[in-house]
Amino acid sequence: MTAIEAPTTALGAAPAFVVELDSFSGPLDLLLHLLREEQIEIADIPIARIADQFLRAIHDLGLNQAADYLDMASRLVRLKAQMLLPRHADEEGWEDPRAELVRRLLEYQQIREIALWFGRSAERRAERLARGYLPPPPEVPPPPLTLDILELLQAVERVVAAIPTPVLHKVVARPLDVEGAIQRIEQLLAERGEIAWRDALGPVPTIVEVLSTLLALLELAKRGTLRLNQPAPFSPMVIARDASRSAA
Amino acid sequence: MTPLAQLLEAALFSASRPLTAEELCTLEPDATLADVRVALEQIREHYDFEQHGVELAELGGGYQILTRPVHAAAIERAQFSVRTPKLTAAALETLAVIAYRQPVGRAEIEEIRGVSAGGVLRTLQERSLIEVVGRSEALGRPLLYGTTPMFLEMLGLRDLSDLPRAEELTIALRPHRAVAEGGDDAAAYVEAES
Repeated sequence: MTAIEAPTTALGAAPAFVVELDSFSGPLDLLLHLLREEQIEIADIPIARIADQFLRAIHDLGLNQAADYLDMASRLVRLKAQMLLPRHADEEGWEDPRAELVRRLLEYQQIREIALWFGRSAERRAERLARGYLPPPPEVPPPPLTLDILELLQAVERVVAAIPTPVLHKVVARPLDVEGAIQRIEQLLAERGEIAWRDALGPVPTIVEVLSTLLALLELAKRGTLRLNQPAPFSPMVIARDASRSAA
Repeated sequence: MTPLAQLLEAALFSASRPLTAEELCTLEPDATLADVRVALEQIREHYDFEQHGVELAELGGGYQILTRPVHAAAIERAQFSVRTPKLTAAALETLAVIAYRQPVGRAEIEEIRGVSAGGVLRTLQERSLIEVVGRSEALGRPLLYGTTPMFLEMLGLRDLSDLPRAEELTIALRPHRAVAEGGDDAAAYVEAES
């Protein structure tokens, strides 16, 4: 931002200058506009002055829209620096750093003139209507809203009625009772040396009980209290007391 | 009017786009292209001589029956017909670059105009004023754009040779001798006196 604000102060007393960027079709258009304002020949642009004016002109623009303008601004600033480099009058092979800009401006100016010609031609052509042309339907403005308070209230009621009643979910904490399941399994194993998965679950197990039992079994197997054995794939699991441990 | 002229008039009346002489020729197996042109001339003269409200226009590479400009305002007031929306300055400039440089890639268009061209190119394509005509051999094989018959139709041009030539433009680029330092070719172009 500082780089862009600097010229404002550098120019000091220059007249205030407000530019509507939407009305320019690009940085070259803006540049041509500035040159016309100052009545400057394209072939001999005072780069320093024009660069400052250009920066001032784009100053108020949101930067995200101004990428193309900033690109031009950076070129101008570089040109300004190049023009400051000392050179000898008789130096051969010196190339005017502005040459490229001048070429682009002239080229763009020509495109602009062609674009104007296109616009005029299209205008003339539009005055001759062809058959078979289906015009887009004219935009009909929506009719003005006429309502009395009763209608408005009824409308509100309809809207309110259409709102679905909120479903409240009651979330109950159902902690897994792994300890209880361990006790139950140990009790069963104390009575019988070997039990089935079904026995460990109890008569009507809930999902919580199934999970508790499974965790309890895994825990006991880890402790070495019991062995989990599945004789064949998909066959019922056999839960047995770990004989080696209990012996020890 | 001859029977052929009547047939052509009927075809032109029914069509919603300009018809080329070759297309019109297929209407009548016995007619030659020369016959068609004679008949078209007859239709044109008939409309002009009898002071019809329509005229036979030559545009977009073909022929089309169009109303005369003098009636445009009244027809539009009555809303029988609505003008297509005007193109923006950016769209016209982009069209200008494409018309004169075609086939041309997006990079060159952006270089000449100094702004990104994506949105404008899309709009012009949607309105069928430009089309992709190929791919460049350059890196990335970028798409190349060219103008369509619809472009000619929109401007009321017969073909691309109806476009103004560079020397007809007031700021035609002309080499100029007495130019400041350097005399390098780019700087040596100045505004030609109009």
